[in-house]
Amino acid sequence: MRADTLAAVEAPTPLPVPGDEYLGTVLVNAAVNARYKHLVVSAPEAARKIRPGQFFNLLCPPLPDEAVFLRRPMSVYQMHPNGGTVEFLYHVTGAGTRALALLAPGDTLDMLGPLGLGFSLDPAWRRIVVLARGVGLATLAPLAQLAQASGVAITAVLSARSKLDLMSQSVFADAGAEVLTVTDEEGTSAVPQVERLLLDLIRAGRADAFFTCGSNRLLKLLQTLGRAHGIGGQVAIEQQMACGLGMCFCCVRQIERNGTVANLRVCRDGPVFGLHEALSW
Amino acid sequence: MVDLGVRIGSLALRNPIMPGSGTFSEELARVVDLNRLGAYVTKSVTPGFRDGNPTPRVAETPSGMLNSIGLPSKGIDHFLAKTVPFYARYAAPLVVSVSADSPEDFAMMAERVSVPGVAAIEINISCPNIEEGGHAVAMEADATYDVVSRMRVRTDWPLWAKLTPNTGSATASARAAEAAGADAVVVANTILAMAIDLETLAPKLGTGTGGLSGPAVKPVILRMVWQCAQAVRIPIIGSGGIMNATDVVEYLAAGASAVQVGTATFLYPKAMVRIVDGLAAWCTERKIARVTDLIGRALPSAAPARRAREA
Ligand SMILES: Cc1cc2nc3c(=O)[nH]c(=O)nc-3n(C[C@H](O)[C@H](O)[C@H](O)COP(=O)(O)OP(=O)(O)OC[C@H]3O[C@@H](n4cnc5c(N)ncnc54)[C@H](O)[C@@H]3O)c2cc1C
Ligand SMILES: Cc1cc2nc3c(=O)[nH]c(=O)nc-3n(C[C@H](O)[C@H](O)[C@H](O)COP(=O)(O)O)c2cc1C
Ligand code: FES
Repeated sequence: MRADTLAAVEAPTPLPVPGDEYLGTVLVNAAVNARYKHLVVSAPEAARKIRPGQFFNLLCPPLPDEAVFLRRPMSVYQMHPNGGTVEFLYHVTGAGTRALALLAPGDTLDMLGPLGLGFSLDPAWRRIVVLARGVGLATLAPLAQLAQASGVAITAVLSARSKLDLMSQSVFADAGAEVLTVTDEEGTSAVPQVERLLLDLIRAGRADAFFTCGSNRLLKLLQTLGRAHGIGGQVAIEQQMACGLGMCFCCVRQIERNGTVANLRVCRDGPVFGLHEALSW
Repeated sequence: MVDLGVRIGSLALRNPIMPGSGTFSEELARVVDLNRLGAYVTKSVTPGFRDGNPTPRVAETPSGMLNSIGLPSKGIDHFLAKTVPFYARYAAPLVVSVSADSPEDFAMMAERVSVPGVAAIEINISCPNIEEGGHAVAMEADATYDVVSRMRVRTDWPLWAKLTPNTGSATASARAAEAAGADAVVVANTILAMAIDLETLAPKLGTGTGGLSGPAVKPVILRMVWQCAQAVRIPIIGSGGIMNATDVVEYLAAGASAVQVGTATFLYPKAMVRIVDGLAAWCTERKIARVTDLIGRALPSAAPARRAREA
């Protein structure tokens, strides 16, 4: 397939439901391992609107001795449209996520969203491969729900530093995905090894499309394999944000669409882009 | 009912709250009823396409943020075809912010945007993110006069000159804008600033420096409004760090006739509407019938009246 037809196939469809500012109630904010936390918020109205791959811009509670001014974008990790809750999985890295880590059950969380254009499955894709690294699992997990609902078979290749960081296996397994894990600890996660694994999946006819997020290294690998084998797909991209609504143009990344490279807003034009549209960074 | 209406020269606004250029776009209509605002101010538009600056374009600071967006723009043709018509369905006047690389191009832009549907032209001669070293036209009174006067002869539309805080002579630039025929001054754009990443010991912004906005700048810009209000007769529009209605009251008392809200909208998309409601409530509580009664109350010229009221 030529690059332009790939782009046409991959262009995500705009979502009609506008995000809003919701006050959710924290139900759970528990450590998953030393670095990741799992946040469950009750926010029934927001929960009903979410599409897989969308995110919220979260207002972090104040910290005693550190300033957290801007909101922080977080993907929806698990959607429960009828259950009234929204789940996040986050890596505690800086002030914002340290502040989120302090939330206790019963606390209020100001959440702006759902925002952005999420994943969409092309009807021609019957078997997809999801390649997720680290906390990128959070962003890709709702794909499992989407694929299951659409009768699409998933192979999830989950990569992490250690076995302990592979916390989303069950999310994919529960949605009927075949789960393959690779870790730095076991020495199975280097690019050549992952490439061999993906080639096997391509040969087995299990890769109509690739999905990934976060890691530049893995994106490049999927783009190379995708070009060689005529496979499209989608990638969720991150960038620092301010408004999250498309107003400030803080969050741009270079995207190649219809033959031109443009600075597109991750918050409004993404965060999900066509696999071959995203220029690596 | 409090009368929130204000006038900026010939332009009547239903209330003194409008967005700051670059902190507002059509997208906000998805979250907020735009009919509640006093005016709309668009992102600065340039003659041709501009890509903007390298990322990261944003960094957080205590009580504020730095940006180095660098005026990405689809150019004036796209703007006239797509952006101006969008606002026709909303009630408040549309203010178009323009930027250009030369005085000639500023003059050309004045002519291009003088079209039905546009109520006023804001002149962005104060962006710290496009010229080397954060330089901007509004740093110098002569250059300010040059740009504004060239635009003045090319349009009958109201001209608002947006000034910079990055100069010791903001009042001189305000006077120059007035002398050149500006109908109002906007005080002010962002403060040239920076932050450093502790991991890499490199500047956090892709361009090194950027513009500081948010509550951190309010006392500085408030002081500038107060000084400019004593230097010129044309109306002043305050812009810097407004988060709530009492910030607006301070700006009005310092001599502003209206205000622009920027960064607050990034944190709370409904900030402007809440501020309109908050301002009405604040006036009602104090039995202030017209919001215009607040304008200039903190100026030295108002001191005798203030003393008389207190006596
Ligand atoms: C659409 C989207 C979805 C995201 N989903 C998740 C998620 O589900 N789980 C999760 O753990 N993280 C997610 N992130 C990343 C998360 O937003 C950042 O890790 C967070 O903002 C860091 O904030 P902090 O204050 O803790 O760290 P900071 O001190 O602000 O930053 C720590 C490091 O992260 C970098 N960083 C800051 N903000 C971002 C950002 N928005 N994107 C990329 N790098 C950033 C900084 O440059 C710095 O190197 C997502 C980002 C985006 C854009
Ligand atoms: C992300 C961002 C983009 C901006 N872009 C513009 C612009 O294009 N033109 C302009 O005149 N001012 C621009 N500004 C300045 C704002 O309009 C406003 O004057 C300034 O941010 C101070 O107000 P605040 O503290 O309420 O944000 C921008 C500010 C921010 C934060
Ligand atoms: S974060 Fe403001 S445009 Fe994307």
